[in-house]
Amino acid sequence: MELLIDLISWFLVIIGSTFLLVGAIGIIRLPDIFSRMHGAGIIDTMGTTMLFLGMFLQAGLTIVSLKLFLILLFLMFTSPTTTHALARAALDAGLKPMVDDDEQDLKKN
Amino acid sequence: MNMFSAAAIAILSTMLLVLVRAFKGPTVYDRILAANSFGTLTMLLIAVYGFLNERPDFLDIALVYALINFIGTIAVSKFVHSKDLAPPLPSDDPGDI
Repeated sequence: MELLIDLISWFLVIIGSTFLLVGAIGIIRLPDIFSRMHGAGIIDTMGTTMLFLGMFLQAGLTIVSLKLFLILLFLMFTSPTTTHALARAALDAGLKPMVDDDEQDLKKN
Repeated sequence: MNMFSAAAIAILSTMLLVLVRAFKGPTVYDRILAANSFGTLTMLLIAVYGFLNERPDFLDIALVYALINFIGTIAVSKFVHSKDLAPPLPSDDPGDI
């Protein structure tokens, strides 16, 4: 039973770490701010959730897992709010989302 | 190798990659986005470090860090947008006070 929990925990932690790296590559390589928010979203949802689930399995049902759950719940509320506010601010500042026609401009640069 | 040391290595490399965008970012909003992701990763690193030392008491600090990160990002994006944290007044006319 101990071994099984450790295995599942390893699996979740590795998956979470992979998603963190994928999100970071997305933040670096995607072309404009509105698409870069996808990468940040991957870090905030998949990476954090998987890592926290791995820690949750290691902690068992204690006060520690309650704190982990609270952090995760808080993050699930704040991450979309932050992204939404940032997207509104960027739109109001005059940044235009990149659409299909702009791909030729991207290749030129 | 502990599973949490693997996670800590992944988090640190992710922080490095996100920092590249924070330095490069063409607009200020890219920098804000990168700073927000960096804060989330710092919170994760604090939590993982607690498990790495088998003393997960640092989770309170991680919780507070998440709160401050959220409020800081909202405040900075509002400040950059309107050059002020207060909403604009309805009119400059003070009336007959």
